[in-house]
Amino acid sequence: MTKEMTGAEMVIQAMADQGVQHLFGYPGGAVLPIYDAIFAQDKVKHILVRHEQGAVHAAEGYARSTGKVGCVLVTSGPGATNAVTGLTDALMDSIPLVCITGQVPTHLIGNDAFQEADTVGITRPCTKHNYLVKRVEDLPRILHEAFHIAASGRPGPVVIDIPKDVQFAKGVYSKPKEFPHTGYKPRIKGDMAAIKEAVALMAHAKRPMFYTGGGVINSGKAASDLLRELVKLTGFPITSTLMGLGAYPAADPQWLGMLGMHGTLEANMAMHDCDVMICVGARFDDRITGRIDAFSPGSKKIHIDIDPSSINKNVRVDVPIIGDCAHVLEDMVRLWRTNGHQADKKAMSMWWTQIDKWRARKSLAYRPSNEVIKPQYAIQRLFELTKDRDTYITTEVGQHQMWAAQFYGFNEPNRWMTSGGLGTMGYGLPASVGVQLAHPKSLVIDIAGEASVQMTMQELSTAVQYRLPIKIFILNNGYMGMVRQWQELLHGGRYSESYSEALPDFVKLADAMHAVGIRCQKPGDLDHAIKEMIDVDRPVLFDCVVDPAENCFPMIPSGRAHNEMLLGDAGIALEDAITEEGKMLV
Amino acid sequence: MNAPTTTSHYPTAPMAQKAESHTLSVLVDNEPGVLARVIGLFSGRGYNIESLTVSETEHQKHLSLITIVTTGTPMVIEQIKNQLDRLVPIHRVVDMTLAGNSIERELAMVKVRGKGDNRVEALRLADAFRARVIDATTESFVFEITGKSDKIEQFVELMLPLGLVEVARTGIAAIKRGPEGL
Repeated sequence: MTKEMTGAEMVIQAMADQGVQHLFGYPGGAVLPIYDAIFAQDKVKHILVRHEQGAVHAAEGYARSTGKVGCVLVTSGPGATNAVTGLTDALMDSIPLVCITGQVPTHLIGNDAFQEADTVGITRPCTKHNYLVKRVEDLPRILHEAFHIAASGRPGPVVIDIPKDVQFAKGVYSKPKEFPHTGYKPRIKGDMAAIKEAVALMAHAKRPMFYTGGGVINSGKAASDLLRELVKLTGFPITSTLMGLGAYPAADPQWLGMLGMHGTLEANMAMHDCDVMICVGARFDDRITGRIDAFSPGSKKIHIDIDPSSINKNVRVDVPIIGDCAHVLEDMVRLWRTNGHQADKKAMSMWWTQIDKWRARKSLAYRPSNEVIKPQYAIQRLFELTKDRDTYITTEVGQHQMWAAQFYGFNEPNRWMTSGGLGTMGYGLPASVGVQLAHPKSLVIDIAGEASVQMTMQELSTAVQYRLPIKIFILNNGYMGMVRQWQELLHGGRYSESYSEALPDFVKLADAMHAVGIRCQKPGDLDHAIKEMIDVDRPVLFDCVVDPAENCFPMIPSGRAHNEMLLGDAGIALEDAITEEGKMLV
Repeated sequence: MNAPTTTSHYPTAPMAQKAESHTLSVLVDNEPGVLARVIGLFSGRGYNIESLTVSETEHQKHLSLITIVTTGTPMVIEQIKNQLDRLVPIHRVVDMTLAGNSIERELAMVKVRGKGDNRVEALRLADAFRARVIDATTESFVFEITGKSDKIEQFVELMLPLGLVEVARTGIAAIKRGPEGL
């Protein structure tokens, strides 16, 4: 079907044809024709944010919680530059987005016109792909191509920069069809020979370990289901990166918790000591590996990734498998079954005995208090009081994010939205706006810090405007906690500029913004306050005043290996937790 | 437990491996910005470009061939190829060095100014190197020389004492030997 329409109408028509229901944006001079097109229809609902960065994060939350492509519309110049942080965030965490930016009319490009910026130049390194549309004839193809590129292969953000005259120009619109691009063909099916080699390695493993990441979530629900099946079939232990939480249920005994810099002792020790590592959709990031030359020195490494450039980037692997997680896992499950493979029972029993000894050291332990709210306790209570509900969690970046990852048990994929790669403070609040829109009946909580939340605070107005009952649960310790922690541990306790001076009164602030404010300062009041927060059917700003001195443990200090973790003082000492025989293995 | 020893929260740099030089042939859609994508990738990720040659080679299909000479450890070279390959307008990346059996050539124009014996000597050397005279005045020559980069280097070095003024080089173009194409 073809139809004549303006470029601006094509943008909205293409979104409708791609199944887009919500579009996050902010108007401006160079996108007014598109806003006119939005005004004239009701298929795509526009959500007005308060800052373009918020629009992108909201779209990220929307995309991450649904598996669909998130859509953003911003104006030229400052609109586009404000979106850059979100785009970079989406690129780092492989989130599918299509971001439309307005541009000055083509005859003014390069002229330093009002609100002109070299958007394609600026966003080239922070997008999966980008376009400057110079002719309306190219627009329909580019729009559909952008959705395809954003969602397929390793997902990522795509920017389409559309000059204002192209938005006004009339052309012939065509519906999405077969993708003709010859240069872009992501590989989906893994190489069978490599998969066979991997399964054979797994079958003979004595100390195997699954290490999974965000790729499993991106691959869809089927990938999580297949991962669970394979882990159950083999009986192997499993850990995950920050981005991969929820792909495997945290409630399961084979789950060792998150790995990496603030991962559990058992996950990191098992990674260090394993003999076969099965990496599924993770990328050996520096937060995970610690010291590269001491990273899991004795293991054969299998790496499943859809992006060939993730293979052998940081760590040399023995069996690379390029393909989509779900497809490769399906092949693995089938091969394991048809070959009648069984894990080595005796070796597995010894391996689990060892893991249980590491577990017994309770690396996440903290000293409880009746006087002040420990941040870990706050997350634990939040989890207990919300786990039986249909809950989605977003976070900002810092200590609270790590505590959320450590203490909130994720049992399903797509329930956990956090800024992993870029580490963007201010991600969580707007992301929760996007999540709540996609899941209007669910409980959506942004676990925040008082410093992070101030970076995109204004999006609370967006939540109020659209009656999105998001809960912003601030662990308020009066510091940029992670900065303070590093200053304490590495810079002699010189807390340079890491104190949250002149904090707003969050309860009054909530009130002024037509939201609900709740403050809690005592551990004894916490449960009641959390319940109150859940019961309110409006946006809530929850000021949870926590111990300002608490540090996030365990941690792998920089330049150290997985088996050189630093435990908090509440962790159980080595001597108490393990026997003589176990010591040899630690 | 041991206290941390470094003051960075990033891992220390790994031990440097030996760097190798590789010639990559990259087939791309000739569209605006494609060269910027390639160069941006190199600068953004800290890779080296020793030589870069670009031209449209198939006009009908709007395809350009980019020849890049780069250096890096084997792991970095592999990264460069994979990173290039995932750029949307890039069709193929071929490592001519790994593939072996390829020919690499470069063209240079060399301007030499001089009189008397120097001028005669420059002409004689040019002849020995099979460089052609493409411009001449009573006090200068411009030579055109093609060949491998080291041959050009050598020629330029010889011209230095004879009144070398300047050199313009095209960078390396590479092609596979035999009947097969990219």
